[in-house]
Amino acid sequence: MMKPALCLLIFFCVIFLLPPATVNAQQQPNIKISFINYAGNQPLVPDSLYANCWKENYSVSRLKYYISNIALQTSNQKWNAEQNSYHLVDEPDSLSKNFSFYLPPGNYTTLSFLIGVDSLKNVSGAQTGALDPLNSMFWTWNSGYIMFKMEGTSPQSAAVNNKIEYHIGGFSGVDNAVKKIRLQLAGTPVAVNNKSITEIIIRANIDKLWNAATVLKITETPVCTIPGPLAGSIAANFSTMFDVLKIVQR
Amino acid sequence: MASAFIHHQPPHKLTYLKLVIPKGWPQPPTNIFATNPLTEEGFQLGRKLFYDARLSRDSNFSCAGCHQQFAAFATYDHDFSHGFNNSFTTRNAPGLFNIAWQKELHWDGGVNHIEVQPLSPFTAVNEMATTLPEILKKLKADTAYARLFKNAFADGMINSQHMLKALAQFTGSIQSYNSKYDKVKRGEDSFTVSEALGYKTFMASCNSCHREPLFTDNSFRNNGLPLNRKWMDKGRMTITGNLADSLKFKVPSLRNISLTFPYMHDGRLVRVGKVIDHYRNGIDTAQPTLDILLKKRIAISDQEKVDLISFLLTLKDDVLTHDPRFKQPN
Repeated sequence: MMKPALCLLIFFCVIFLLPPATVNAQQQPNIKISFINYAGNQPLVPDSLYANCWKENYSVSRLKYYISNIALQTSNQKWNAEQNSYHLVDEPDSLSKNFSFYLPPGNYTTLSFLIGVDSLKNVSGAQTGALDPLNSMFWTWNSGYIMFKMEGTSPQSAAVNNKIEYHIGGFSGVDNAVKKIRLQLAGTPVAVNNKSITEIIIRANIDKLWNAATVLKITETPVCTIPGPLAGSIAANFSTMFDVLKIVQR
Repeated sequence: MASAFIHHQPPHKLTYLKLVIPKGWPQPPTNIFATNPLTEEGFQLGRKLFYDARLSRDSNFSCAGCHQQFAAFATYDHDFSHGFNNSFTTRNAPGLFNIAWQKELHWDGGVNHIEVQPLSPFTAVNEMATTLPEILKKLKADTAYARLFKNAFADGMINSQHMLKALAQFTGSIQSYNSKYDKVKRGEDSFTVSEALGYKTFMASCNSCHREPLFTDNSFRNNGLPLNRKWMDKGRMTITGNLADSLKFKVPSLRNISLTFPYMHDGRLVRVGKVIDHYRNGIDTAQPTLDILLKKRIAISDQEKVDLISFLLTLKDDVLTHDPRFKQPN
């Protein structure tokens, strides 16, 4: 008879020596979604000076936004979603800008995600991970997530210290600042399999914030930090902010 | 492979508790413990956190500093509570009890879940004036907390989610249902003549908003108090942005009213009698958002007022204010 402790030790050794493939081969990530933040034609460099289409100069010191509820659609119209899909893109932290997960093999044509956090998670109490209030993306006085946060400076800003500060949030009714983004992947469907990792690289172009559905001028609106109609109208500009830069098989 | 380890550890022992739904009470609008199972271990961790002044920036202000058990977890005899660096809050601290029946918290209903409420007082510069990273740093440096978090949560992690859930288990467990009024309702006691007359007046004049048995309907209403010019506090409108919500504040529970003075959202009225006088003849009927039930003010005679006050005093819950489970832990 072996002692129970020894049994346990041997058991753990066996567990550790087993190749992980036999345990959860199905769960190996085979898709990677990456975000690259752009300011116009070039990748965003924090604290560099840019000009928007209104000839206003600005720099960005902080850019954070939620990407949630990622799903992909196959060429036969089936949607497959990432489980527990909540991510906080936090420039310049490179680890925060790509997420890998498992997707059933197939040919995919469309990618969709929310910029922001769905309303349910805004009313469900204390969360952890990307949704931890520790990330400074949760309003304490009017419960709810800041969906998108961009801070910086502009000589055209009349706010204190020439700040520009856009904390865009609000999840209910007319003040909903959560936007669903749908991107066609390419002319031909993208084959996802179990042998390689398909990386979809998405460009998030903050240049679009200044002029899409809504005209946003720093001279007029250097700051928006509460939910409401203004935040909602700025959020409308998220719709053209994202496009697929390229798709790579690794 | 860490999951293999956790799986083969002896099962985590938890003692499950149940919220009391007193006889004749409505069901809570939502189950605040639906994703936060109420356990003795979580409750005790929450209790320690609630009483721990080190959570504040200068270690002077615990939750219990402004929410005192002897005052039904309001701040006794203070219009505004004290915060960091000799500051004041801008609203009167409400008593904490029967929170499980509230859908929104704060006078303006800005907080939509009990678990995220502490984030407000933690970070407000005129309250505890700290940050989550600072709090977690202190908790992680304390071996007593390491043990309590391990007792309460399977992975034992000291993180904001566990801290907030534990606090919610403590504050969500604070219940008031053992006042003289409750005992009369249960047939264990009886009203004096004056209390009984006051109860009649209450049912006729107050119960539509301060609805029994919770003594609030948890709605937001403008009760005709003139705007506080110092704070320009528009109440519910601050949250909704809707002009129709201007000057609306949450109807507070009248339970433990003799302990929660001074009254109103800004503590401007010190005595219960003054509050009744406001409804008798102080309401500003020119306010466009004034509650419809108050357009004609409330007719209460001097004798009815005396009896009404006798009745309101029966809402004091000595069981709650003396319950050893809610006292500061050793």
